[in-house]
Parts: sequence; C-alpha cells; structure tokens
Amino acid sequence: MNAEPRILRTQAEETLALEFAAARTQLPGSPAIAAARENAFAAFQKQGLPHRRTEAWRYTDLRALLRTVPPLAIGPTAETSTLADPLPGLDRARLVVVDGSFRPELSDLAGIDGVTIRPLVDLLQEGDARIGLQVASLNDAMVSLNSALMLGGVAIEVPAGVRIERAIEIAHVTTSAVASHVRNLVTVGDDASVRILETHVGPAGSAYQANIVTEATAGHRAKVVWAKLQSEGDASVHLGTLAVTIGTETAFDHLTLMIGAAISRSQTFVTYSGENARAGLFGATMLRGKQHADIALSVDHAVPNGASRELFKAVMDGRSEGVFQGRIIVRPDAQKTDGRMMTQGLLLSEDASFFVKPELEIFADDVQCAHGATSGEIDEDILFYLLSRGLPRAEAETLLVTAFLAEAIEGLGDEAIGEAFEQISRNWLAARGQEAA
Amino acid sequence: MPAIQETVDQVSQIDVDQYKYGFVTDIESDRAPKGLSEDIVRFISAKKNEPDWMLEWRLDAYRRWLTMTEPTWSRVHYPKIDFEDLYYYSAPKSTPGPKSLDEVDPELLAMYEKLGIPLREREILAGVEGASDRRVAVDAVFDSVSVVTTFKEELKKAGVIFCAISEAIREYPEIVKKYLGSVVPVTDNFYATLNSAVFSDGSFVYIPEGVRCPMELSTYFRINERNTGQFERTLIIAEKGAYVSYLEGCTAPMRDENQLHAAVVELVALEDAEIKYSTVQNWYPGDKDGKGGIYNFVTKRGDCRGDRSKISWTQVETGSAITWKYPSCILRGDDSQGEFYSIAVSNGYQQVDSGTKMIHLGKNTKSRIISKGIAAGRSDNTYRGLVSAHRKASGARNFTNCDSLLIGDKCGAHTVPYIESKNASAVFEHEATTSKIADDQLFYCLQRGLSSEEAVALIVNGFVKDVIQQLPMEFAVEAQKLISISLEGSVG
Repeated sequence: MNAEPRILRTQAEETLALEFAAARTQLPGSPAIAAARENAFAAFQKQGLPHRRTEAWRYTDLRALLRTVPPLAIGPTAETSTLADPLPGLDRARLVVVDGSFRPELSDLAGIDGVTIRPLVDLLQEGDARIGLQVASLNDAMVSLNSALMLGGVAIEVPAGVRIERAIEIAHVTTSAVASHVRNLVTVGDDASVRILETHVGPAGSAYQANIVTEATAGHRAKVVWAKLQSEGDASVHLGTLAVTIGTETAFDHLTLMIGAAISRSQTFVTYSGENARAGLFGATMLRGKQHADIALSVDHAVPNGASRELFKAVMDGRSEGVFQGRIIVRPDAQKTDGRMMTQGLLLSEDASFFVKPELEIFADDVQCAHGATSGEIDEDILFYLLSRGLPRAEAETLLVTAFLAEAIEGLGDEAIGEAFEQISRNWLAARGQEAA
Repeated sequence: MPAIQETVDQVSQIDVDQYKYGFVTDIESDRAPKGLSEDIVRFISAKKNEPDWMLEWRLDAYRRWLTMTEPTWSRVHYPKIDFEDLYYYSAPKSTPGPKSLDEVDPELLAMYEKLGIPLREREILAGVEGASDRRVAVDAVFDSVSVVTTFKEELKKAGVIFCAISEAIREYPEIVKKYLGSVVPVTDNFYATLNSAVFSDGSFVYIPEGVRCPMELSTYFRINERNTGQFERTLIIAEKGAYVSYLEGCTAPMRDENQLHAAVVELVALEDAEIKYSTVQNWYPGDKDGKGGIYNFVTKRGDCRGDRSKISWTQVETGSAITWKYPSCILRGDDSQGEFYSIAVSNGYQQVDSGTKMIHLGKNTKSRIISKGIAAGRSDNTYRGLVSAHRKASGARNFTNCDSLLIGDKCGAHTVPYIESKNASAVFEHEATTSKIADDQLFYCLQRGLSSEEAVALIVNGFVKDVIQQLPMEFAVEAQKLISISLEGSVG
C-alpha cells in the first residue's frame, strides 16, 4: 500500500533513454560536465516526463502530449536559415543558434562592443562552474533533460559598468524535425545595462521539439530588459526555461509573448539575492486552433525589501488551451516584500479553455502581497458601444483584444521592443479577422 | 459593539494556550478491539443492527480502501498515521439508545453542560428569552455514537426527519440507500473511503418538499476516548423547495497523542431547495509546543442537484492540530448557487489546508467564495480552492476573495487557487491579498486608548466580519470569542 505507484515508461521516455545512451560519449564537455550529465539524466529518469500529478506541470501533461521524440540534433548542420525575420524593423544585434548550435557566421555582432560573446560549447569544454548553477535546485524533469543533453547556445557576458543600447537577440532557429537542447548563459555585471531579446522560430508543419534553458545573473544595480518571442512552427513543441538571480537594487523587466507551437511551455524563475530589487514580469499569449500554451512563473523573494509586479494576459480562440501557473514565494526573512500578480484570460470561442493557478506562499509577516485572476469573454456592452459607433464587429473585437494585450506588452517599458511585439499581436488579430470574414 | 467588548474581556481572562474544552468525561465505554480489519467493519455494522446491504456497502469500501494510498499533496506535515493503532468504535456504555433525556447518563449531561450545549429545551428557551423562533434542535455525537436528539416530536410534525444516521439506516433505508454515497462516492478519496467502511454515527436530516425547517438543526461532536478515531457521517437532503439551516460544533479533550477525525458530510439540494451549513470547529489544537491535537481530515460536499437550488457553507476553523478540508459545491442544476464563507485561524503549531471547490456544471450557476485566513505563532495557513466551469456551464459566475492576515514572523500564509474555465461566457474573478495588521490601523486604536491586545482583537474582528455575518446569531458570538481565544498569546 505504501509502495510508490509503478509507472510504466512511455515510448518517448524509452526513446530518450536510448538516445542518451547513444549520445553520451559524443556530447561536448569536461569530465565534470559529463558527470553532471549522467546525474541529470538519472534525475530525469527518476521523475519521467511531467504528467497530471506533477503539480508544477498540472495542466501540461507531457506524458500524454509527447508521444514520440524526434532524433536528437547533434553538432552544427550546414543548413542556413531561410526563415523570415520575426521582428522586421527592430534594430538589434543577432546571435543565431541553429538546431541547437551557435553559428557565429550567421550572427551580427555590431554595436555591442564591450560584451563578450562565446559559444557555450567552449564553456562546456572548460567545465565552467556557472553552468547548471541557476537551475540546480529547480527539480524540473525537462530542465534535467536539458542538462543531460545540452549541446550549444551562447554565453553572453556584460562586464560591470557596461551599458549597451543596442538590443542583443538570441535567435533560436530550428530547420528540421529534430529535438534540440540549447543552453544559454547570460551574465550581467554590476551597474551594467542590457536589453536581451530571445526569439524562437521554426518551419511550419515540422514536428520538431526545442528545449531551451537559459541561466542568467544580474549584478547589483544592473538594469535588464528581457523580451521573449515564442513564434515556433505550428506543429512543434517548445519548452523554454529562464532561471535568473537578481542582485541589490537591480531592475529586471521581462516579457513573454507566446504565439506559436502546437504545445508550448515557458517557465521563468526569478530569485532575489539582494535587497531593494524590482522585477516586472509580463506575458501575452495568443492562441488559436488546437494550440496549448503554458506560462509558469516562480518569483522567489529570498531577501527583504523586494518588489515584483506580474501581469499576464491570454487570448484563446478556436479549441486552444491557455495555462498560467504563477507563484510568489516570500521567505521567512523577506520582510517588506511587495508582490502583485494579475492574470487575465479572454476566451474568444466557445471551445477554448483557460486554466489559472496563481499561488502565494508567504512566510514573512510584514509584506504586501496580492494576486488577482479573471476569466471571461469580450464584454457585450463594450462591444455594443463600438458597434453602435459604426465599427464592424471584427474590427471592434480586434480593437478590444489589442487593448487587452497592450497593457501587458507595454508593461515591459521598452518602446521599441513593445512596438515590435504589438505589431505581432496586430498581425495575429488581422489574420483572425480575415479568417472570420 | 458589545460582542467585541466581550471578546476583549475573554482574551484578557485567559492564560496562554488554555483550551477550555480539554476535560475528559469519565464514562465507561464500549470499544471495538484496536486496529482495522473486515471483522471490525462487521463488528461496527452489527453493533448498529445494520441491514445486510449496509454491511456490504461498508465491506466494499474497506476492500477498496486497502488498495488506496494516503494522499500527500496538501501542505501539511505530520508523522505517518498508524491505522492499526486506532480504535474504530467507541460508545458510551450506558446509552444503548435513550428514549428521552432522563435516560441519558448524568455524566454525559454534565459534560454537555460544560460544553455549553443547549441540549435541554428549557435551556434553549431560557437562553434566548422571548425569541421562540430561535430554537435549536440538537443531535449530539459522543465518540462514535449519536447520544441524544432533541425536539424530535416537533420536527416530526413538520415532516422533518432529524436523527442519528444509524437510526435512519434502520428506519428510512430507502432514502439512505438513494442518497448515501451519491455526493461523496465510496471511492472518492482515501479518508472518505475509510469513513465509508467504518463510520460509526452522525446526523441524518431529511426535509420534505416545500417545508421550511421550523428551527435550526445542530450537531455537537465530541471525541472523548483515548486513541479513538471519530468517523462520523452526515447526510442532509432538502427536497424541492425545502430549506434548512444546520450547525455543527466540535470539541475534544486535551491529549498528548494525535487523534484522527475523518468525517464525511453529504448535502443534496433538489429544485429550489436551500441548505445552509455552518461549522464551528474547535477540536483540541495541541499544546503550545505542538504536541497532541486532532487531525481533522474531512470530506464535505454539497450537490445542488435541482435547478435554482442553493448550498451555503460557513465555517469557523479555530481548532485541530491539522485541518484538511474543502467543503465543496457541485452546481449541477441550472441557476443553482454555491457559497463558501470561511474563517481559518491558526496559532501555535497548527496547520490548516482548507478551501473549497465550486464546480459549475449547469447554466447560469453562481458561486461566491470569501475566505479569511489568520496565521499566528508558528502555524501554517493555506487556502486551496478550485473554481471550474465545464463546457455546458454557460453564464457561470464566480467571485472569490481570499485574504490572509499574518500575526508574527514565524507563521506562513499561502494561497493556492485553481481556476479552470472551459466556457467563454463563464466569468470568474479571483482576488487575494496577504498582509499584516497595518501599523497605522494599530496606531489609530492605541491612540484612542485601546491596549494592543484589544486593538488586535478589534481589527481581527473587522477583518472577519464578512464571514461572521453569515453565521446564525448564536454561533456568531461564539465564533467571535473563539477567534480571539485562538489568537491568545500571539501579540506582543
């Protein structure tokens, strides 16, 4: 009666075990990294793919959703990306990662002097101690899988005091039906300032799987703006994780825009290591068809006087499913913490679903924490007002949805990136309007 | 407000961690041997003179229970319960089924007097002078047995059945068969299945069509024996257009060891019926070092089966070492309504993981959740709730408000809401806040001449007012006192 329920290994888990066994000797890294890979895979195997009873993955049952696993992407391919730029008109430096490997020859490193960019493979070979540090305590099966199979990606180092105006994009491009496990490392020094863009694209119709883990640290008084665009191919699986630790008086603003992939999950873990730090965490999700997108957020106030603001908006059309799981943790000594989280779902169709779990976990008494969540459809009264002013229905809906999403996108506080992301939301709505017409 | 003054007085009189219901009543009791087996299930069933179908029902549950594992998902920590080390049946020996109060053991009556339970009609009348419509019919459950039910005759005239469930199984088998286990299935969860196998007694209420129950119905539960688990089962059925308000109170002696209380409560509301269920839970919470206390693992669920039916849960949780319960509503009928009002106070080493589930199945169903958690000392207080709308629940509406108040820096307050909407026209709103008593509020009270304890009592009473207002009057006063006593020693 007390025995752990025996869980049969799924076909996907079987395949992963075989792939790891075959690839373990070829994967790059020092002996220490190789040992870490073994441990990570053992940790993954112990948990297996996350399923309904894995509380953190409650609404994204990968055991059921990931029936098969495509072949592992190993080493750089000759393929050059022919995919369209997802953010036309936005000026930024580009670090291109194709099928899991950093491709300097495709990258544009102009205008970011002072920043050190290196392929992650080099750091793996050196056995850089920073790799794995931020995700060590996450106990997340998919992050463990990434730690076992991680291949390439980039390491960005912004030294102390360096302020970079030009945004730096890490462009993740997948070109064929492979499974890639990318690891990136971003280190922002004290008093430094940087704008990071993280984009994820791939071909339509290809059942590729991308599992990206980014570890970041932001030093004292640093200022970091970080925007993620998940615009993967419509048949793909996207699993993205960002684990970041922020220092004293640091300002960290983060925005996630989820628009692509068949199944996607974006997880962000923010840990406060210094006092008087402030994080703004925003998200906008736009789903149609049978898409499933899950945003998971964990904000860990480990020290006093931290502030966090979270605003997440999701629009669901067709038979899509939107998920938000947010968690604010206030540790015993984190007095004077101020945390506010808001989640709003807008269902555009009868068959869409929205699942929310905004959690507060509080162990200190002198705090101000609040969360709110709403779910509903477009307000008929407001719609009627616009219709009575002569707007066609589709246009009125577009206007209302744009305004709904804009609040979250503008929260980032970066005009250029905000404008580019809003354009994506407008395009999405325009496409929706055309379908309706 | 006099009630507040009373609270303040009460607080100042009482020493830290004094539990006034901690006495043991020395009554000979009849116990089943320790441990759990099919024989024990048969023993309990035989003791109750149950028909065969009931025994089969229990045995099915027991066999099912053997295959189940203890749930571990809640935020509570406790040493593993040894289910073989419990007595599953204990009955006061002297009461093989009293016909009237005169036959009841005077020791028992004395105990109820200590508890302040208005068992005797005249006491009730004396208690609420001139307000004859505020009478309360009481069913008292002592360890495993329903001891006495008052006002039976008068209720009978109205057609209301209010009796021990063991009696109902014998007297009204058709009703019991139809509804028992229909809201909380035998296989629902580990503790509900255990309860289905070994439940000893509890209350049964049946309100016939169109009847408004002429008085409040009340049950007092008391665990007296050492090492016993109390497994009561309550079943309330409100037929079409019926109304009933039901109150429940619980106490237990102070013991070093932990005792298990795993109850199941099922409510069924048919068309246009309304059930109001109030609980003041004051089981022994353990001493100031967290030793002893009751494990309160309860499954409560109401089924709004008929259109326009309504079920309202109100709970004041101040006792128990561990509280783990989620009074829920299944809103099946169109236009049905569910409500959940809760105050959960934890102090010392208490752990509370409580909340509700509002499951919207019917059209235009409404639900409202107001939860106030107060954590002090080294306690943990978690609100965990689910609001879900299924595909067909068009026009469903929910409003949830859960606020937590922290007193002291060693306690924890947590909020874990689950919101699942599968219907576009379902409108759900959820808001939650956590804070401590604001310094400016406290300052305002202090400079008006209140002591800091009085000030905290005042502010806390204001904090929980929304819920207190939902309680029947007798309970509201008691609840307010309880909250203040529970928070004793947490300030300063």
